[in-house]
Amino acid sequence: MEYAIVFLPLIGSIAAGFFSKKLGNKLCQIIPSSLVSLSAILSLFIFYKVVFQNYTSNNLIFNWISSGDFNVNWSILIDPLSSIMLIVVTLISSIIHFYSIGYMNKDPHKPRFMAYLSLFTFSMLTLVTADNFLQLFFGWEGVGLCSYFLIGFWYKKPQANAAAIKAFVVNRIGDFGFAIGIFLIFYFYGTLNYNEVFQQTPLLIQKEILFLGVNLNLITLICLMLFVGAMGKSAQILLHTWLPDAMEGPTPVSALIHAATMVTAGVFLVVRCSPIFEYSQTALNVVTVIGMATAFFAATVALVQNDIKKIIAYSTCSQLGYMFFAAGVGAYHVAIFHLFTHAFFKALLFLGSGCVIHSFNEEQDIRLMGGAWKKIPYTYFLMIIGTLALTGFPFLSGYYSKDAIIEFAYLKGDAMGYSAALVGIFTALLTAIYSWRLFFKTFHGKYNNKKNTLFQIHESPLIMLAPTFLLAIGALVSGFLFKEMFIGDHNQDFWNNSILFLQTPSYNHPPLWLVILTPIIVTLSIPVSYYLFIKNKKILKDLVLQNNSLYNFLLNKWYFDEIYNLIFVKPIKKIGLFFWKKIDIGVIDYYGPDGLSKLVKIISFKAGNFQSGYLYHYAFVMLIGFSILLTYLIFA
Amino acid sequence: MNEIGLGHYLTLGAIIFTIGIVGIFLNRKNVIIILMSIELLLLAVNINLVSFSIYLQNLVGQVFTMFILTVAAAEAAVGLAIIVIYYKNKGSINVEHINSLKG
Repeated sequence: MEYAIVFLPLIGSIAAGFFSKKLGNKLCQIIPSSLVSLSAILSLFIFYKVVFQNYTSNNLIFNWISSGDFNVNWSILIDPLSSIMLIVVTLISSIIHFYSIGYMNKDPHKPRFMAYLSLFTFSMLTLVTADNFLQLFFGWEGVGLCSYFLIGFWYKKPQANAAAIKAFVVNRIGDFGFAIGIFLIFYFYGTLNYNEVFQQTPLLIQKEILFLGVNLNLITLICLMLFVGAMGKSAQILLHTWLPDAMEGPTPVSALIHAATMVTAGVFLVVRCSPIFEYSQTALNVVTVIGMATAFFAATVALVQNDIKKIIAYSTCSQLGYMFFAAGVGAYHVAIFHLFTHAFFKALLFLGSGCVIHSFNEEQDIRLMGGAWKKIPYTYFLMIIGTLALTGFPFLSGYYSKDAIIEFAYLKGDAMGYSAALVGIFTALLTAIYSWRLFFKTFHGKYNNKKNTLFQIHESPLIMLAPTFLLAIGALVSGFLFKEMFIGDHNQDFWNNSILFLQTPSYNHPPLWLVILTPIIVTLSIPVSYYLFIKNKKILKDLVLQNNSLYNFLLNKWYFDEIYNLIFVKPIKKIGLFFWKKIDIGVIDYYGPDGLSKLVKIISFKAGNFQSGYLYHYAFVMLIGFSILLTYLIFA
Repeated sequence: MNEIGLGHYLTLGAIIFTIGIVGIFLNRKNVIIILMSIELLLLAVNINLVSFSIYLQNLVGQVFTMFILTVAAAEAAVGLAIIVIYYKNKGSINVEHINSLKG
């Protein structure tokens, strides 16, 4: 059964990718979708077994590398952590497969799209079911590759290609750190299998190594290197620049890869490696700080963006920050819980915004929308649920997970924990404001679109609404249903050693004011944003005018792209140009292949001149040759 | 006065041979002249053969010369026929204009 879960998407991908001519467009959409759905049903079954029968297993597929002491298997590890990831990946993926049938209706390359989606699902599944770092790395690169394919899916758009390359290159930086982390683990542990590595970790706590001229604790260094990889994949601050640009891809891709699954791989990595991270307080502090910084930074940027998908992308970035600082303060289970609920409501928001974009005929600027809620009631309704869940409105999924993060950070009881809780609360407020801004500007107020009349705005087809509706159910109930199991008092029964806690997370109940603070802020922000964004826009306009520099600072995303351009991109481009124009073309080509071919050309031109066509020349040459031959024969 | 010996004959042959060669590649006028030059080369060889035949008191050389003369006559006939056809086709047998061999 485990084999089927992992390989069904691959089969679907191969079918749609290589046999699209034989199968036709229709089958190429149905086969991958149904195979992934089958895999989702099987994962639900596995999850059921894990929850109620404490089922764990490690299914060997084959022995991948066996060289000396180095042994790496290709296998499917089922434990509570990976079973949750299986659920998230296959469920969301199957829903999005069906959604794409509707969304990509007019696209001429449907089989290619489906093949990429399924291939992505397969890579993600190998990532989460790995039992060693090498297989993890394979899946890690596989999802990166599919992300590249899918961002650049509309390859005729130059921005899409640029965004795809950007995503790939930025991820390369993260992967470089990740690879170094894996090398370090192999060098010092002599193995890459999780259980062996995790067992040996306590023995190596004291070990220090010289790295770049600095004496560092080995465990800390490994954790930091792994975390650099996680930062790249999960778009944390400094390496986040690719995620907003990745919105050039089709919306289902944004929902699946850049909201629900791939970007959470970094969180998964940190949680999976909790037996290593737990032994390095420094690394955990770094994770917390980066997570807080990202949560705050992305939320501020999202406040002023105007592209509907970019706002949600920054929101994703910010929520990933939440997950990281949750992991950083030691609440790994809460991080995974937030990952779980976030996957539902963020995918819901993306699919909802896809419906909105579809309704407005490919319009993405929220300033050019508005007032259309009566025309698209279902989309409106779905977006309300998504927004409520994201902001953490009481009793929806985001409420349970986000508040749990803040509470656990508070209960940590040290400076890091308190500041994390503070940032968490403040970011929750920002989240509420930008989410409702997005919502009100899209659906309420004046109708602002000049390209389409209000009459032309139409509801999306059922094939798009139905999957979105399923996600809405997930966003409504996933928090409420799974709260007890994931982060309740008896969560250890469920996690069953797949996460290591050195200090058992505190089961004290946080003070009442903290518990009700966030929901109150979030609830209050709804009427406030309605007033600010719809009723009385003058206040905001004045505010923007007064703080123009701050506004521009936020609008330009803290100038990260510009700074990176100045520091990295331009000098490297110059160096590249120098090597290309001067070294490659000027020296190597000039004296190498080009020089040789030029020489041959000159010689053959000369030899060609020799063939004059005049008889007497030939006769002369013949005589000369003959006499030379004779002379040779006589004297030899 | 010295008797005319082998050396003189060979010198004559060499001179005629040289004239033939020079005639082939210095000639810019006429294909017929090339044909004549080739005849000259053959004749020079014949003179050599005959003179050696007398010198060595061996008739084989002279018999061979007869054969060569026959072949040369046939060859001249073929060559002239080619030239006639060529002239009919191209309208000129000027050597300077014959360069269709050039690739």
